[in-house]
Amino acid sequence: MKAFVLLHTEAGALPKAALEALGAACGLGLPFSVGILGQGAAAAADAVATCGATGFAVVDAPEVAQPRYASDAAAAAALIQSAGAEVVIAPQTSRFARCLPGVAARLGMAVDTHIVSLAAQDGAVKAQRWFYRQRILSSFSRAAHPWMLLVDSGVNAPWQGAAGAAQAQAVAVDFGESRTTVTGVQSPAADAQTIRPEAALLFVAGAGWTKKQRDGQFHIGRAGGIIQTFLAAAKASLGSSKSLVDLKSEGQETLGFMSHMNQVGQTGSTPRHLKGLSTCCHGEEPHAVGWRFITERRAINLDPNCGWAQGKADVVYVGDAFEIMEKVNALLQS
Amino acid sequence: MTNGLHIVVCGSLVPDPLQTLEPVATPQGPGLKNEAMLPSVLDPWAGHALFEAANLAKQAAGSKVWLVSLAPKAKLQQLMMTVAQKAPFELVAVDGSAGGFTDARGVADALADAILAIPGLDKSKLLVFGGCASASRDAGVTLQMVCERLGIADFFMGVDEIKVQPDGSFSVLERIEGGRYLASSCAGAPAVLAWATGNLPEPPNSPQVGMANMRFIMPALQKAKPAAVGVGGIAYEKVEVPAQKRATRIVKDVPAEDIAKEIVEWVGAADRP
Repeated sequence: MKAFVLLHTEAGALPKAALEALGAACGLGLPFSVGILGQGAAAAADAVATCGATGFAVVDAPEVAQPRYASDAAAAAALIQSAGAEVVIAPQTSRFARCLPGVAARLGMAVDTHIVSLAAQDGAVKAQRWFYRQRILSSFSRAAHPWMLLVDSGVNAPWQGAAGAAQAQAVAVDFGESRTTVTGVQSPAADAQTIRPEAALLFVAGAGWTKKQRDGQFHIGRAGGIIQTFLAAAKASLGSSKSLVDLKSEGQETLGFMSHMNQVGQTGSTPRHLKGLSTCCHGEEPHAVGWRFITERRAINLDPNCGWAQGKADVVYVGDAFEIMEKVNALLQS
Repeated sequence: MTNGLHIVVCGSLVPDPLQTLEPVATPQGPGLKNEAMLPSVLDPWAGHALFEAANLAKQAAGSKVWLVSLAPKAKLQQLMMTVAQKAPFELVAVDGSAGGFTDARGVADALADAILAIPGLDKSKLLVFGGCASASRDAGVTLQMVCERLGIADFFMGVDEIKVQPDGSFSVLERIEGGRYLASSCAGAPAVLAWATGNLPEPPNSPQVGMANMRFIMPALQKAKPAAVGVGGIAYEKVEVPAQKRATRIVKDVPAEDIAKEIVEWVGAADRP
């Protein structure tokens, strides 16, 4: 069985998720070739030239300089067809999550996404992924080939090795006429950036920050100051419960820097960080969904019997989050 | 825009997220214990897509919204009692499993067939909406397959915003890594958009809207075509809820200063970038 590792560049180089997918493919022990699309694809192939691939193919046309469904799908389809492999392994990035399922449909392939484990046994590939928003884990395989698998980021060690001369083959692609133009990337201002995927710590703020406190008053401005000070001092990423971000869309006063982008859980993200500190979150299973892949979990909660905290966090600090976090900030800044 | 849009929202039902889910083996493949009895809600991301569709249709005179839903008829009928009060739409029901272990390819084929069979649907005005993933299969692949089946060239993933211009072209914001947005402009319909949360709150219940929708919902349920969706070519070897219970240490009746020190030590042990 032959595998094909499909990668893309980002800002002219392979992103970490691509190297992780390559690492996963190397671990299968199957013969494989590598295809790369995007700006600087040939140079990116040279960067992984010693990964053990039997060959390299690239698409480095101006049409794939930016992520876009139609052009990415055309390029990916051409690369996959040029390889003729039975298994295609790719990273679960936003770019490939957009286009590769469509490519699979176009080429008559089976496709599975969010793969968290890959293994080759007795000449067959076996995979694992979660269902029902990280509640049920399944191991499975498919008899039908070719089979495309998108590997989740953060579960495999990135491939590491020396660069070399890949002598990649350029693959010609008929892109056709595009109806979509990428106009740019919108990033939050540097001082407003609260989502940091590479951070070691995820700080989750719950709706309790915006409720009446012990003095019977709201302290939303103070809450915002405490949270932002902590994020800056600890270089943490900010997550939120759904109930907190919903306040904003419902027109209620809440933390101005919080958006649905920060949301973790059922309709939010399921980030992977080494540590997670939750504050003012109330205990429901959906909150735990967003924390499935946090290795070390601690919580500050007024209720020691909170259903979220019991059995799901390693440590629960029973106390007032305002008071505790202000003291944490003072220590971090001292 | 002046001629209106034909917006088809693909969305089904999922178990209420507050329910405990337990996998069981069935003759058709993996399923959930008491699956037929579990309370259901509209798939959350598909719900956002529906609310955005209704909002967009309201802004463009002559627009119409359809909700194409693949689910067991009886459960769909129950769900419509609440969903129908949220936004004006015409239901297109397809009778089949809404379980998370079904293969997306069969689901996409059933949805595409149902869309193509909608009377009077104008592809030049067509926007297909849906959630960026379901809360059941959670694969995020179905709409791309529908897109290919319908022969549509433009697809957008993780959409939080669409702005339609008077000439019919539109701009889109798609979520990408690191809390950023990819901004694009498209020449116009047809296109497929897989929504993230969007920016709209859940609309309040409107009995008037519910009554209007109900005129179409019961006939749609009665004539729902069965779809033979199943696990397809997936060979499930193990389906389980992994043990997640941790030995929680409760720290209480401890001064805030001491708690703060412990947290700082713990945070400091992380490799801060």
